[in-house]
Amino acid sequence: MSQSDFIKKYKRNKRFIKVMQFLILLSFIVIWQILSSTNVINSFIYSSPYNVFITIKNLAISKELFTHIFTTLSEIFISFVLGISLGLFIAILFYECPTLAKIFDPYLTVLNSLPKVALGPIIIIIFGANTKSIIIMALLINLIVSIISIYSGLKETDKVRLKMFDTFKATKWQKLKMLVLPSAYNSIIASLKLNISLTLIGVITGEFLVSKSGIGYLIIYGTQVFNLDLVISGIIILLVISYILYKGVILLEKILIKTY
Amino acid sequence: MNNLIEVENIKKNYHTLNGEIEALKDVSLEVKEGSFVSIVGTSGCGKSTLLNIIAGLEDKTSGQIKFKKDIKIGYMLQEDALLPWLTVLDNALLGLKITKEEDTEYVKYLLKTYGLEKFMDKYPKELSGGMKQRVALIRTLATKPDLLLLDEPFSALDYQSRLKVSNDVYNIIKKEKKTAIMITHDIAEAISLSEEVFLLSKSPAILKKHYDIIMKERSTPIKNRSLPEFSYYYDMIWRDIDEPI
Ligand SMILES: Nc1ncnc2c1ncn2[C@@H]1O[C@H](COP(=O)(O)OP(=O)(O)O)[C@@H](O)[C@H]1O
Ligand SMILES: [Mg+2]
Repeated sequence: MSQSDFIKKYKRNKRFIKVMQFLILLSFIVIWQILSSTNVINSFIYSSPYNVFITIKNLAISKELFTHIFTTLSEIFISFVLGISLGLFIAILFYECPTLAKIFDPYLTVLNSLPKVALGPIIIIIFGANTKSIIIMALLINLIVSIISIYSGLKETDKVRLKMFDTFKATKWQKLKMLVLPSAYNSIIASLKLNISLTLIGVITGEFLVSKSGIGYLIIYGTQVFNLDLVISGIIILLVISYILYKGVILLEKILIKTY
Repeated sequence: MNNLIEVENIKKNYHTLNGEIEALKDVSLEVKEGSFVSIVGTSGCGKSTLLNIIAGLEDKTSGQIKFKKDIKIGYMLQEDALLPWLTVLDNALLGLKITKEEDTEYVKYLLKTYGLEKFMDKYPKELSGGMKQRVALIRTLATKPDLLLLDEPFSALDYQSRLKVSNDVYNIIKKEKKTAIMITHDIAEAISLSEEVFLLSKSPAILKKHYDIIMKERSTPIKNRSLPEFSYYYDMIWRDIDEPI
């Protein structure tokens, strides 16, 4: 087999995978539509691609769709940025004061293993049924993991390089700025991926609990009025948003990550 | 004071949760200004500890260190510890950047003099092990130290480049007229580079013996290896290592 044959074969395989992926999606939609049109499944409960299309179209015409998407996206953005920056700040604090890190270690472990949704009701009582609670919910879910992953990235700084800085009598600040942070740069960037997934979970959980707008609200509202077309439309919009955000972060990672 | 540095009866105990570790029992040595000396001893006997104490990176348990004047100490480690995200020039400048005495011209001069001019804008991964070690030396030399401490500077290199790099480093140190204390567990390396060798005992270290390495036709480290005195000292030190104190 020649090199060009190899490349051809590789490309053919790649195309085959893409085609299959598309076919699965297409047949899912077609079968779903046929089953509901022929009343094999109850379209009132299981909706149908056509109903979903009409629901989303109507939401778009009334501009409601964009308000909901905008609400959810801005909550995600705020929680994501806050999670990363607070996580970085606390991780640096822990790195510079190991005693502090040790004191808080059991609390982090417990908080990390607790299903954060359980705190939802308390958050609502303290912060009220508003956006603030949603962001707090998302932070609870993404912050602990950010702290832990960034902190372990900082701790991986090469010992010999740290000693080298000591031989020049470098200050703590110099070591942090010139060595520790640049060393951890790639692992910080890599933690963004995990963070965006967790932020999404947090924001939607928050919206389920309190919101008056947003995709999570749309889904919950649909359930309450038994409009399953709305529920499934909400889930599909969420699916698209999650996919785009995740791909976006992967792209961001590709741009930002450095190879030495 | 004729010596640049005098180390007197240094003792060092480490405190750990598993008890006290005696790293240095009693070490004294003197180093003349402008000389190149080596400290040899088995691994784990306390050589790095001694150098760290001289460099002021660690406290001693007891003993004294006297300096001729207020000297500046440069330290070169076993690994080059170059930062992969900086160019060769920026790596070489790093020491001066930390001490806030940035002098790009001087560092460029050093890189040029020691054959690294063409690599100034390259990154460490594009360099050979020996070149990286030279950059590390220049990073230290750039701060203009009076005394250079070298902790097994060639042990990370393979045997062939080790001979060549030790030769290069020796020539650089001599050209810059620096006093140097080198640690090594390689006796041949110690003899070929140094004017004096200090032999430490097994852990916890005391100074077991001291040798003035006298070679009538002393030249570069590689050539020194084939002088008759070389094997004389080599055999003698080997014999002394095994001898009980
Ligand atoms: N920071 C430390 N804490 C506890 N023990 C140490 C520490 N550094 C070195 N030691 C111990 O001191 C002894 C001497 O170590 P070292 O000076 O590194 O030896 P060498 O450089 O001669 O191989 C060893 O037994 C080592 O385990
Ligand atoms: Mg050592």
